[in-house]
Amino acid sequence: MFSLDLLLNAIVAGILIGGFYAAVSLGISVSFGLLDIVNIAHPAFVILGSYTAYAMNRFFGFDPLLTGLLFTPVFYALGVVVYRLYYLGFERKGEESLRGLVFFFGVLFIVEVALLLAYGVDYRMIEARYVGQSFHIGVVGIAFRLLLPCLVGLMVTVALHLFLSKTFYGRAIKAVSQDSQALRLMGVDPVKIKRIAFALSIATASLAGALLILIGPVEPSIGREYIGRVFAIVVLGGMGSISGTLAASVILGVVESLTATFSGPSWAPAVSFGILLVVLAVRPAGLFGR
Amino acid sequence: MKKTVPLWVVLGVVVAAFLFTRLGGNRYIYFAGYFVLQYIVLATAWNVLGGYTGYVNFGTAAFFATGAYTALVLILAFKATLPVQIVAGALTAGLLGLGIGYLTLRLRGVFFSIATLALSVVLQTVVSNWEYVGGGKGLSIIRPKAPALFASHAEYLFVVMVLLAAASVALAWWVQNSRVGRGLAAIRDNEEAAECMGVPTLRLKLFATTLSGCLMGVAGTPFPYYVTLVEPGSVFSLDYAVNSLAMPMIGGTTTWVGPVIGAVLLGTAQQVATVTISSELNLLIVGIVLVAFVMLAPQGIVGLVQRLFHRRSR
Repeated sequence: MFSLDLLLNAIVAGILIGGFYAAVSLGISVSFGLLDIVNIAHPAFVILGSYTAYAMNRFFGFDPLLTGLLFTPVFYALGVVVYRLYYLGFERKGEESLRGLVFFFGVLFIVEVALLLAYGVDYRMIEARYVGQSFHIGVVGIAFRLLLPCLVGLMVTVALHLFLSKTFYGRAIKAVSQDSQALRLMGVDPVKIKRIAFALSIATASLAGALLILIGPVEPSIGREYIGRVFAIVVLGGMGSISGTLAASVILGVVESLTATFSGPSWAPAVSFGILLVVLAVRPAGLFGR
Repeated sequence: MKKTVPLWVVLGVVVAAFLFTRLGGNRYIYFAGYFVLQYIVLATAWNVLGGYTGYVNFGTAAFFATGAYTALVLILAFKATLPVQIVAGALTAGLLGLGIGYLTLRLRGVFFSIATLALSVVLQTVVSNWEYVGGGKGLSIIRPKAPALFASHAEYLFVVMVLLAAASVALAWWVQNSRVGRGLAAIRDNEEAAECMGVPTLRLKLFATTLSGCLMGVAGTPFPYYVTLVEPGSVFSLDYAVNSLAMPMIGGTTTWVGPVIGAVLLGTAQQVATVTISSELNLLIVGIVLVAFVMLAPQGIVGLVQRLFHRRSR
């Protein structure tokens, strides 16, 4: 049963999947980690991204990755709208914690049921030339449908990291998470900065969704599996740390992949919850948190 | 004297329900009535934690399923009777609540919510892999003969659910008006201040999580006999989480009446809508109504009514 080939393949697949998980988790790392907005609807936006990619591919023959990139402004606009509602309804009144959570849960539910009404419960997948191909390095097989999402995920991570550390707006976003009052004294509107950051986090969901449907078939309720996963990653990575998020994604990817290989794929969703609980109980600040 | 009033009310309601079943009538009434009553239990249970203390539980389905699957295991293993199943389901789901509460309640409330959300997914994974209870495909069971005095199982389950619903509402009433309830309200309003004033916050929160989980489990225990086909997809349906949270939110979270109003309104509306429109569309409506209420009427229907009376009296 146990073999070195299997182990190596599982680890490589896990690392590749980890790169993809980073793409999905970055949005939450920004909204939850930096802005303290518990956007549990994020996975639903990712699924929305997947269905956008599916529809564009189906009807216009667009490449999923191209769609993911092209639709980031649309998702950005969607993020602006959602943040506006959230701000007016909750943040301004200072009751964001309980009702804000319920609000996002409602959004999650609405997106999911709307997709269900539009596309039904069937799994949808995408046809692209490169989806089925793979190559080998020694005994390790690398599938394009895993490699590509991983690379794109890494690119998004690096881009976001550079944006947050090098640009004015990026630094302002980090500042708003530390002390929004001080930011206001510097003449910057914290609400505007938060809006930009939140919209940006939703924009990443467009790309992440395109990657998700490249990896495998998608159905509307699949987003729920990702909630435990992405929050486990964000908490493990130390809230709001981009490099921590990447590291935690790879760790979770490898552990899940090993579980799937050695105890069966149906057990994989339980892994993230186990990790989440252990981290919360033992070290809530996460591996890389301050 | 006041303390015994709810007991008499509960007893009266159950006797009335029993007499109602003796009248006969359309079976569908019991089927639909059960659905609404089940949500009264779930919404009340959710509110004991969510409404009274302000900790949001997204894992109703997990607790409900714990009750349902405990009952199923007891049926398969010992052919246990319904009362035994209910007690066992209450205990296991209560323990689950205690455990998850112990692990996450010392942290910010957000982490508790996320943990409960993930809990459903994990329990569903476990159950789907458990062949004894039917795995992912599910298992159909045969109802035993209905107990004496009842024309059929539909009536029997209906009366049992009336009892459970009345008992949980009475419990919620008791919690709200006791020392415990005042402690819980203090936690909701300002946890740090409550802690400083000597309110044993962690112990109270654990009590609320346990009681809440317990009642949710109770709501799930008659489920196997109600549907006769138990499969993970329907037991872990997101509908439970959304409804049990939407109902108190719409009815009003600070009193025991709120969840009851919400459950009766939303539950009945859904039964009607499922028959007349499609079930997906009515879920969409629930979602939209929920978001509208959280944004526009945070105190729910109870709050709206109170505001109306305040304006009148002034």
